[in-house]
Amino acid sequence: MPASPDTAPILRMQNVSKTFPGVKALRNVQLTVYPGEVHALMGENGAGKSTLMKILSGAYIPDSGAEIEIDGKPVQIDGPLAAKAHGIAIIYQELALSPNLSVAENIYLGREARHGAMIDRAAMYAGCADILRSLGATFGPRTLVGDLSIAEQQMVEVARAIHQRSRILVMDEPTTALSSRETEKLFQVILRLKAEGLAIIYISHRMAEVYELSERVSVLRDGGYVGTLSRDEIQPESIVRMMVGRDLSSFYKKEHKPGGARTPVLEVGNLSDGGRVKSGSFTLHAGEVLGLAGLVGAGRTELARLIYGAEPRTAGTVKLNGQPVDYRSPGEAIDGGVVYLTEDRKAQGLFLDMTCGDNINLGVIGRDAGRGGWLDRGRARVRSLAAIKAMAIRVPGPEIPVGTLSGGNQQKVLLSRLLETKPKVLILDEPTRGVDIGAKSEIYRIIDELAQSGAAVLVISSELPEVVGIADRVVVMREGRTVGEVSGHDITEQSIMAFATGVDIEKVAA
Amino acid sequence: MSDTVSTSKPERQRLRQEQMRSLIRSIGMLPVLIILGVLVQLAGIYFTGEGRFLSWQNLSIVAQQASINAVLGAGMTFVILTGGIDLSVGSILAAAAVVGLEVSQVAGDLGVLAALLTGLVIGLANGVLIAFLQLPPFIVTLGSLTAVRGLARLLGNDTTVFNSDLPFAFIGNDSIGIEGVFSIPWLVVIAFLMIVGSWLILRRTVLGVHIYAVGGNPAAARLSGIKVWAVLLFVYGASGLLAGLGGVMQAARLYAANGLQLGQSYELDAIAAVILGGTSFVGGIGSIWGTLIGALIIAVLTNGLILLGVTDVWQYIAKGAVIIGAVALDRYRLRGSART
Repeated sequence: MPASPDTAPILRMQNVSKTFPGVKALRNVQLTVYPGEVHALMGENGAGKSTLMKILSGAYIPDSGAEIEIDGKPVQIDGPLAAKAHGIAIIYQELALSPNLSVAENIYLGREARHGAMIDRAAMYAGCADILRSLGATFGPRTLVGDLSIAEQQMVEVARAIHQRSRILVMDEPTTALSSRETEKLFQVILRLKAEGLAIIYISHRMAEVYELSERVSVLRDGGYVGTLSRDEIQPESIVRMMVGRDLSSFYKKEHKPGGARTPVLEVGNLSDGGRVKSGSFTLHAGEVLGLAGLVGAGRTELARLIYGAEPRTAGTVKLNGQPVDYRSPGEAIDGGVVYLTEDRKAQGLFLDMTCGDNINLGVIGRDAGRGGWLDRGRARVRSLAAIKAMAIRVPGPEIPVGTLSGGNQQKVLLSRLLETKPKVLILDEPTRGVDIGAKSEIYRIIDELAQSGAAVLVISSELPEVVGIADRVVVMREGRTVGEVSGHDITEQSIMAFATGVDIEKVAA
Repeated sequence: MSDTVSTSKPERQRLRQEQMRSLIRSIGMLPVLIILGVLVQLAGIYFTGEGRFLSWQNLSIVAQQASINAVLGAGMTFVILTGGIDLSVGSILAAAAVVGLEVSQVAGDLGVLAALLTGLVIGLANGVLIAFLQLPPFIVTLGSLTAVRGLARLLGNDTTVFNSDLPFAFIGNDSIGIEGVFSIPWLVVIAFLMIVGSWLILRRTVLGVHIYAVGGNPAAARLSGIKVWAVLLFVYGASGLLAGLGGVMQAARLYAANGLQLGQSYELDAIAAVILGGTSFVGGIGSIWGTLIGALIIAVLTNGLILLGVTDVWQYIAKGAVIIGAVALDRYRLRGSART
């Protein structure tokens, strides 16, 4: 049953904007979904897909002026309960199930069948069995969810959505953790749901899936709505172009000269952790900014952590200045002159209860200390004051707890901790994530100065304009492997995206 | 959009706010201690007609009673600052005291060394299990709470070990000072030295910063190159060593040690002292001076209730209520200061 514009849309979102402090995450986005269609929602990382879906599920409240209609009637979705009442269900990448409960208990969670004050398990098992059978599940309602595979757990989530009589089902990258057989099975379920008249909003980076499943594709870019293609218009090339077509802003800084002697500093060969990273290879030169691009989940962070000694490697080699190294802890890497800026500064980077000064000095207090580990507090204070000035960190003094600063200033504190150790190689993982525009351009300036001073900088980034703007060369990862490299004038969002998604670059260029 | 236009006025305000907050935090429970002391004195005057609490003699007794708990609390502070817990200190104290007395029977002063070593070794064993096998501290030390208690009984043949000619008995019974001018019991001197030493380690050494870092954010500590295992080994070793010192102090006071009874539930008093001192149970925040005040609050309360003739049964109930009440007050106060 192909959706035609003749049928009334089940969902119409219009004029949806969302402003976070300092960031406009969505600008007048629209989305129209018909019953019985799979509607793919595409866009780069950070394009606003998740924000839009969080508004639909009631996790975020949109800015005023947004119009949301369900079955032609305007509705207010002011919380997750309201979304549920309107028949909206979302299956996130991280499944929201209790592994210690049975399938039936999970499906009925919060709406348990009762028999007086007692829970009526028999009724719950019977109620689930039908739904599970209709989905073609090979497990029963009594199975413990923790014993199921990821694919089967997904099916439990689908069953829960059906049981709640949802009519709009959002699936966020459902195939990321699935094998191809499991994916095939999931597609059968999706087609069955479609035939029953459900509207499915399908978020995915994988072009082939979108091509196979969807009736229509809507593309977001940079928080704005780009357009919607119908079934016969869907071409991988056109979608890629819609996702990346955007001119570079002028605030990227690239004044260092990547040419010259090109001394290799860090050489990584076929590095693997036996899991997420299958084979990572690249060479990083002195005075160079190398971009490491790829979709979320491609294994970039994992590769960086392998080099840094934060996880053990199972195969491959790392050479620093021609000498093979195998760091078994981050401490060894730092002593060797290799530092890593985490992508998750709050959970893995900063000590939020400590002062800015302590955070800045943490990497070097050991080197500054006298015999017996006595702190050199005078030197620490001089260091932090100098770092605050050099990085233009907006803070009244080094004694302020770092947790009270804005994202951009926190990032600069973390960056200065790394810089104080005088590293030769810097691995910066999403260095501008969650920082405002002003701090972004300052961080680009810092990266540029580092390269000028001869440091070797590897920048992992999901923001393509950023990679194109600051990198001299770009290595692209896909599904755990480094699959391609572009340099100089060949660095375009299209060429990177082509490697990252596996779509033929020749066709994109044509 | 960006915060490039941030003016200096709110920043100055924030600086003041932060200074205020850190002041409140560092004063911590001192007001509670003072109020408690005044209340005990007033209640003494009201009910018994004389204020016996505020006399040098009594205060010296209070300090002595607080001293062993303060020493255990110092070790516990290290552990809790890393986000851990050490439930085994009471049992370690007993085992160390038994070993110390037995060695003193044959080798005199070497008994002190033996007791300290016993504590250190057991503490390090806890640390190895927690740092290298990555077992939860609660489980490991819960296990050693029981196992070491058994060990203490085993080492003393399940009887009371005596040494009426204990060479280091002065620790538990004598004072240091000038005749007629001042005198401070050795127990108090030792406890104070341990507190000062702990403060130096926590606030003046690299190790101290690393202890706070591991408790504040273990993942970040690892990524920033801190040897988390070494920090954990140190804190559990220190806690064991200080519990061993507690054993020496206790044995010196009693000339005897019983593996079954000595140090029963001391770990709970030590934890209470740390928590009363404002140290965060999840780690990363706290101070050793707070622990000292916490130990004093517990000692003042116990002493005051005894002076007032309150029965043993009610002492327990009152102590528990004060611990919960004081911490609740503290939370309320800190939240208030954060809001203003």
